[in-house]
Amino acid sequence: MYVAVKGGEAAIANAHRLLADRRRGDRNVPALTLAQITGQLALAVDRVMAEGSLYDPDLAAMAVRQSRGDMIEAIFLLRAYRTTLARFGNSRPIDTAKMRIERRVSATYKDIPGGQLLGPTFDYTHRLIDPAMAGDEPVDEPLCRAREDERRAPRVTDILNDEGLIERDILSDDEPGDLTRDPTAFPADRDVRLQALARGDEGFLLSLGYSTQRGYGRTHPFVGEIRIGLVDVEIDVPELGFAVSLGSVRVTECQMVSQFTGGGQEGAKFTRGYGLVFGQSERKAMAMSLVDRALRADEFDEQRLAPAQDEEFVLAHCDNVQATGFVEHLKLPHYVDFQAELDLLRTLNAAKAKNDEMREAAE
Amino acid sequence: MTAETANARRKRALDAMASMPASMLHELYNENTAGAPDAIAVRGPEIGAIMLRGRIGGGGAPFNLGEASVTRATVRLDSGELGHSIVLGRDAGKARMIAHLDALRQLPDWVARVEKSIVEPALEHAREEAKLQAEETEATRVDFFTMVRGED
Repeated sequence: MYVAVKGGEAAIANAHRLLADRRRGDRNVPALTLAQITGQLALAVDRVMAEGSLYDPDLAAMAVRQSRGDMIEAIFLLRAYRTTLARFGNSRPIDTAKMRIERRVSATYKDIPGGQLLGPTFDYTHRLIDPAMAGDEPVDEPLCRAREDERRAPRVTDILNDEGLIERDILSDDEPGDLTRDPTAFPADRDVRLQALARGDEGFLLSLGYSTQRGYGRTHPFVGEIRIGLVDVEIDVPELGFAVSLGSVRVTECQMVSQFTGGGQEGAKFTRGYGLVFGQSERKAMAMSLVDRALRADEFDEQRLAPAQDEEFVLAHCDNVQATGFVEHLKLPHYVDFQAELDLLRTLNAAKAKNDEMREAAE
Repeated sequence: MTAETANARRKRALDAMASMPASMLHELYNENTAGAPDAIAVRGPEIGAIMLRGRIGGGGAPFNLGEASVTRATVRLDSGELGHSIVLGRDAGKARMIAHLDALRQLPDWVARVEKSIVEPALEHAREEAKLQAEETEATRVDFFTMVRGED
């Protein structure tokens, strides 16, 4: 027999009404606008787009507001929306070498063609809370400096590699796997791993990347390059017979150069890990590149001993929407499950008591 | 004009219009399309997504980075010309206007006007925006210098 328990409806409706009130807060304070969120909490919006796996700053800002700033809740909202959209096609692979650069640094070469451009970075700030943040003081316009030429800044891993000491990219146009369409099979290919990491939880990947630095799957990494900026998105339009640009998106790319692989015919060379993330998010891109490199253990005949090298562990647990779904479902009613366990325990104890009684009687 | 250059011009116009902020497009469209043949909706504007791809290592095999919201539209003029558009975001008005302008561009009477009053300003806006952004970034360039100490 199954008896449905009712009675939660009014409580749920009232709880959601209370949530709406708490979300809005003091009515004497103006409500947040989307422009304020996308403009002044831009990196929160970027994170929601990256892990929500949908590039749309306005929607991400709405999600941040709706979730009261709970990032994983906002990511969940964006993911849910994503599933309602029909897919019109696939973009041509973006070309990060043609990025309109907003920041670009290399920790391996001081004098790189295109130079070191710090951009809007938290680096070298003192990490002291600025009293100005409590008010609304005027902020200086940024300085401008004319460029000497219109030169592009090629990817560091493509230049200064005349000696062939860094692993090269192998260009291809193979159709990549898509974990949103096909179940992930293990071992997974690197394209699918990168897709999972690009939408993976920043905190989880950060900790895994950190673990590789501390010795759990040591890779001895250097930042070959981090670049942030705008790239054009192109798609082939069959009706037109050619590709058009849809606009541009901001991405962060990290080229991590890691310890070398040995000898063989090609000679020893540095290996690489790759990170590419929606928005301005270099912590995530760096963590992603560390984990990407760690997951390539088999390619370089490295023993898989550490969690960061275990692709099934990493890929199955890096998605925070899946993770929060399974962890948080525990708080939903489990009355019947728990009752069953209770009954079982009572039966076991009753049986034990009866046994003990019989043994005593026998003695 | 060969088909190739016609396609190249059409792409240039579509790319430029897609890069334009919606408010600017609205303004220029309203100012310049009075008296233009109407656009009849054929498809959309409809909101959907595309899968945005990157390349492994930046220059290797493609992988799926994540999706982006897009809006596409197809319109037809009474005289039969079809206009297409697909742009990032969920602005149905923007997609519809670009599709209309794409169709108008195919009319000999309209191509010069669309180019001059909409495509050229769009390109100019994109150039200026890119220049400003590049110069702001340039001001954060590290100019390394070395200090020589001692006498050796």
